Amino acid sequence: MPKRDDIKSILIIGAGPIVIGQACEFDYSGTQACKALKEEGYRIILLNSNPATIMTDPGLADATYVEPITAEAVKIILEKENPDAILPTMGGQTALNTALALAKDGTLEDFRVELIGANLDAIEKAEDRLLFREAMDRIGLESPLSHLVSNEEEGVQAVKDIGLPAILRPSFTLAGTGGGIAYNIDEFNEILRNALRLSPVGTVLIEESVLGWKEFEMEVVRDKNDNCIIVCSIENVDPMGIHTGDSVTVAPALTLTDKEYQRMRTASIEVLREIGVDTGGSNVQFAVNPNTGRLVVIEMNPRVSRSSALASKATGFPIAKIAAKLAVGYTLDELENDITKETPASFEPTIDYVVTKMPRFTFEKFAGADATLTTSMKSVGEAMAIGRTFLESLQKALNSMETGLTGFDEITLSDRIELNPDKNAILAKLSEPVPERLLRVAQALRIGITVDEIYGACSIDRWFLRQVQVAIEIEKTVVENGIPENKEELFQLKCNGFSDARLAKLSNKSENEISELRSRLGVAPVFKRIDTCAAEFSANTPYMYSCYEGDGLNHAECEADPTDKNKVIILGGGPNRIGQGIEFDYCCVHAAYALSEVGFETIMVNCNPETVSTDYDTSDRLYFEPLTAESVISLIKTEEKLGKVVGVIVQLGGQTPLKLSQALKEAGINILGTSPKAIDLAEDREQFKKLLDDLNLKQPQNGTVNSFEEAKIIAEEIGYPVVIRPSYVLGGRAMEIVYEEAALNKYMEKAVLATGDNPILIDKFLSKAIEIDVDCIADNENVYIAGIMEHIEEAGIHSGDSACSLPPQSLSASLLKEVERQSKLLAHGLGVCGLMNIQFAIKDEEIFLLEVNPRASRTVPFVAKATGVPIAKVAARVMAGERLENFKLEKQQLNHVAIKEAVFPFARFPGVDSILGPEMKSTGEVMGIDKDFSLAFAKSQLAAGAKLPTAGTVFISVRDIDKPSIVDLAVDLCYMGFLLVATTGTANSLEKAGLKVEKIKKVLEGRPHVVDNMISGQIDLVINTTEGSQAIKDSFSLRRAAITHNIPYYTTIEGAKAAVKGIQAISMGPLDVSPLQSYLNGSF
Amino acid sequence: MVNSDKKASFLFASRDTEILYRESGVDQDVSLAYPTLLQSFEDYASMSDAKATVPSEKRRVEQPASANAILVLADGTVFWGHGVGLENDIVGEVCFNTSMTGYQEIITDPSYAGQIITFTFPHIGNVGTNLDDLERETAAAAGIILKSDITAPSNYRAAQDFSCWLASTGLTGIAGIDTRNLTRRIRHFGAMNGIISFSSQKFFDVDELTIKAQKHPSLSGMDLASVVSTRELEKWSTGIWKFGSKVNDDGFENTEREDYHIVAIDYGAKRNILRNLAQLGAKVTTVPSNLSANAILNLQPDGIFLSNGPGDPAATAEYAVPIIRDLLNTNTPIFGICLGHQLLSLALGAKTEKMKNGHRGANHPVKQIKTGRIEITSQNHGFVISEQTLPGSATITHRSLFDGSIEGFEIAEKNIFSVQYHPEASPGPTESDYLFRQFLEIIKKARLSDNA
Repeated sequence: MPKRDDIKSILIIGAGPIVIGQACEFDYSGTQACKALKEEGYRIILLNSNPATIMTDPGLADATYVEPITAEAVKIILEKENPDAILPTMGGQTALNTALALAKDGTLEDFRVELIGANLDAIEKAEDRLLFREAMDRIGLESPLSHLVSNEEEGVQAVKDIGLPAILRPSFTLAGTGGGIAYNIDEFNEILRNALRLSPVGTVLIEESVLGWKEFEMEVVRDKNDNCIIVCSIENVDPMGIHTGDSVTVAPALTLTDKEYQRMRTASIEVLREIGVDTGGSNVQFAVNPNTGRLVVIEMNPRVSRSSALASKATGFPIAKIAAKLAVGYTLDELENDITKETPASFEPTIDYVVTKMPRFTFEKFAGADATLTTSMKSVGEAMAIGRTFLESLQKALNSMETGLTGFDEITLSDRIELNPDKNAILAKLSEPVPERLLRVAQALRIGITVDEIYGACSIDRWFLRQVQVAIEIEKTVVENGIPENKEELFQLKCNGFSDARLAKLSNKSENEISELRSRLGVAPVFKRIDTCAAEFSANTPYMYSCYEGDGLNHAECEADPTDKNKVIILGGGPNRIGQGIEFDYCCVHAAYALSEVGFETIMVNCNPETVSTDYDTSDRLYFEPLTAESVISLIKTEEKLGKVVGVIVQLGGQTPLKLSQALKEAGINILGTSPKAIDLAEDREQFKKLLDDLNLKQPQNGTVNSFEEAKIIAEEIGYPVVIRPSYVLGGRAMEIVYEEAALNKYMEKAVLATGDNPILIDKFLSKAIEIDVDCIADNENVYIAGIMEHIEEAGIHSGDSACSLPPQSLSASLLKEVERQSKLLAHGLGVCGLMNIQFAIKDEEIFLLEVNPRASRTVPFVAKATGVPIAKVAARVMAGERLENFKLEKQQLNHVAIKEAVFPFARFPGVDSILGPEMKSTGEVMGIDKDFSLAFAKSQLAAGAKLPTAGTVFISVRDIDKPSIVDLAVDLCYMGFLLVATTGTANSLEKAGLKVEKIKKVLEGRPHVVDNMISGQIDLVINTTEGSQAIKDSFSLRRAAITHNIPYYTTIEGAKAAVKGIQAISMGPLDVSPLQSYLNGSF
Repeated sequence: MVNSDKKASFLFASRDTEILYRESGVDQDVSLAYPTLLQSFEDYASMSDAKATVPSEKRRVEQPASANAILVLADGTVFWGHGVGLENDIVGEVCFNTSMTGYQEIITDPSYAGQIITFTFPHIGNVGTNLDDLERETAAAAGIILKSDITAPSNYRAAQDFSCWLASTGLTGIAGIDTRNLTRRIRHFGAMNGIISFSSQKFFDVDELTIKAQKHPSLSGMDLASVVSTRELEKWSTGIWKFGSKVNDDGFENTEREDYHIVAIDYGAKRNILRNLAQLGAKVTTVPSNLSANAILNLQPDGIFLSNGPGDPAATAEYAVPIIRDLLNTNTPIFGICLGHQLLSLALGAKTEKMKNGHRGANHPVKQIKTGRIEITSQNHGFVISEQTLPGSATITHRSLFDGSIEGFEIAEKNIFSVQYHPEASPGPTESDYLFRQFLEIIKKARLSDNA
């Protein structure tokens, strides 16, 4: 049966900004869906507020709305574009919830637009805990014992029946936000209250604990004829109790008999049927009692999910693409298996390797965050690794994390245990669900704790534990006997997934010595292909992973089969983390597109399964490998066997590939674009200072130090406050503004411990300065200024965390000209070939250079979207040797304003302060675009989830330095009819200006105080600036209350000013939305 | 039974090394090793998808110090590894199976008689073995080839370690093999014979082993069904396996109803087929593959089932087809699976041929022609019906979506139908079990019209 021709145009809703639980996997799925439906001839309309996505590239959809993902925005789009259908299953929970709201309020019916992929009924049945449970009962599938409650009283009754520990799951929240496990009644009450509030429908499911049971997921695809296939089974190494996004998982399931597996397979298909997912992909989660085999269904997602992205990458089966085609009426047998090209999509992939996914956490960025893993997701990214065996794949995954792990590195369980290895203390450590639990397991095995004892403490299946034990035993032999000097034995080590770096550590050698030994003995990996069918059919898609195969002595088969073309190798960014995420993947993907277009063979290397870069059709060839020197050099050596490796691009994937430059250079591999030397120069304070002096450019006063004594002298010399940070970091890791000597001392103690040899940088902190970001492209002759962005917040807040405006709003033409001049000087001075990002601070019309990064920056996709110039593509081609002048880029004169706003994960980390500083904390960003600043800013706030009020009460409390500047702002608010409440000091200064203000108590001043008012919904907007550690501490609960009660809040005056402008704009009438194409064509 | 004793000798040779080659004198054209080898290499080098490794033409095979087992293919390819199960030399046709679960069921499936199974999934043995996941009381395959060493089991159903079970069932295998490389070889050259030699002495004569593999007869022209068939009439009375609702409540259902009588001709039937038949509420009697039609009809069957089994259908057909033809004349409902399906087609005048690579796995899509529905099926066959030879009276009901080959046919007015794949699963998806119920419906209808 052919595709549907009764629909001509389709609206695809994206997932919005990257947040915990919703990352770039939805760019991957959305991009696949766009491409798949467009090639079928449908008109595609797209909505996504995230400018860093590939799906929002103007060429991908026919009309691309980079607008807030709200029901209101969709309504206007429906009016303007009149699509026939909405595909809501590609944009995570955000898209699903938006579609659900529109279906419920009758909008979809009014516009005669149909939901395809999943209908209202199915979404409700899957998302509503009670309906889901009833559905499961109807098909005879067991669920954990549970009660749905809508108030605290019912909750207490429920827990009496169910017992403790109990799981609490608020209905309709993303990635389990607000849920948790309660072990005692106090905990229960606390979580319940929070969960009731966070659930948009005010209900919470109290559930029997299946903690410690085995956890499995099935990725199911169904077509309209009820044909169902299982794409992949996934087993969680971490048992039930840890969110699957936070669990180490493997594919396929490894500890099931066929009878158990088939029962689960049948059950998951029945679940799809009963829930009524007509077409597309879904994910069904199960728990299995390890002692009895009892199977209970946990939940299902009637849409593509993070797990579908993982399953797609793990098997080569493109779930999102297929799901999109099924949504328009195809059946599975009518679609081709892209990988084999000779079999249909209606089969179940079978694999001949093992895939391990490992989550990446960033608790270190959030002081006070509880690192205990629960049913609410906390990881910010993940890496996937592929090996021929579980151990190979697991150790590759550990190497892919980029947390410095080289394998099962030794850790300290606790100082007390080191001194006195008390078994109970060790077992207690093992029972804590924390990110490093596998390392703890390894450490416990080293100490001599048995597998059974460990199992008793952590419930990780013995099969996995025994595999770790194998690794630890091999490690022991290496420690005792050293590295074997014969080929066969060294090969055996490598077969088990030990990295050169790990072997070096175990044998007290350098990594180079190990890799030299390997190459001397001829122990090298081979590459195998991911082909969906375990080699049953031939596969033409070069999607590869490395492994050590064969018997170690005789020739082993390698399927890399390099071509004779000119190749460019693009190194991706690895697992997402704060500071390095989708923006860098965007750049890598664009480089692949651009260089393919001009005839290079593009070869992508990455280990992040969520990304577009690891889609098998993004580049010509894909190596799914850890971004370590060992892996990258091995694959390049293989590629060099035929054709010509023109070079490697290390500048686009963030800090990860940059770190490999030295090793690549030493291996004689050409690096494209700006030389690593120039990159180093920008990081080397002394050399850089000299360059600036030569160019006659100004920097804030600064110095480089290695000890507290040195730091003290420098700080006194340049004067407090100072910005202090280690060199060679991304995302402002460990960067702080220090106001006095005591804080400096504290910082240095920590820093010297953490960074060892790397020096510490100290800069004069320019208070109340305007910060700007410049992105430019340079070849050795010309420089193109791609975008100048003015930060909304003053200097001192990490550029990734501050909102910014393109074009700048408050800078004079002459100043901008000077900024351009300086940027060009720098580009030439450094010898930049490719992208460069510069941060300047402007204080009293004077320009200070803060930082230069001769590589892709986080703002590249934003600039590209705001200006319509594909700068990443241009940069890639320049790096590969083209002249900038070939592109005929002209200076942009924009008739619109684009605002980038950051999005933060604070809601996931109770106990963490949301105050911003020089260390980056945001997970993602949105873009607001409109004809003027106010409208664009209002949109950016809306898109970031802050609903600006147009009436109500504003709470103001600002530090002394801000008191003069608050007045104008308060006047504007009064004028718009807002009531003002303020703490005494602020109230006094406002009253002096003749404003009517109600005084309110600070939290420290007794009750009822401002937080009470916030909780009871009497405050609609918060403006709160503060400085000094005590004041910050005192106002902590205020900011937390704003987050948990979703009250828009601003912690800088400039941010507040922008917000007020935004409020003015939306007070004038509803926001309009327009496609990106209309701005870029100048038709606006 | 035709020649069964003679040909049987190598089948279970794994349990008796002495007779390994004594009786394997089936006339075969044993072509010289090296010419074949060279030609093969050219083929291999011109493969479309990725250039495969071509072993050096001189057979320079270095033996790893740790290798205590070797796999030698008839084309001279050598793989070193570690032996599993019993120390022994075993020969057979090397095939591959792509299932990721159900190794115990696969190894005990009698259709694998004479074959060495390469498991494409690297970890085999994780869940141990138990007494319920057997398709026959003991291993049927000649040997197994694994990627990873066998681990201790982890599953609540496990009763025994897989390694121990292998030894106790007398099976020999080899682990540590690049099974993907091996699978790709088989895919390109077709199924070929191979020999596994497992010896703790670590002494292997590669040339001698190659010749043994080459001299070993091909499965073409070989009747193996009579070897594995039951020797007497047996009643089968357990139903299918179910998970219990309580702890320790898992197990096979007892089927007490005997509303109908199904006679299953045993060419090497998997137990799960018999369980599915019993589950229908029928009395099931298994009979030897060479039991005469008269003897079968004397049992007064309401339906006749033709089972799966090993070997070349054309060879088994020599004695099986006359019996089936006699049965066809009685209009008794007949249902065939796998070899049974092929024999039924042969009885109708069709021909079968050997496939370059068999279908072996649990992920094979089959389309039901009438409804357009797709079934994901479990498959295990190396021969297939030649489509143009199937008589016009037969309607093709199912086709493989992998290669378009015939997966099922029926002659509705004669109450007969059969499928190439395995609706009894075990291992594999269970979604095709409707075919058993379909058989019951046909039986019911036939009985009604008999009575009328």
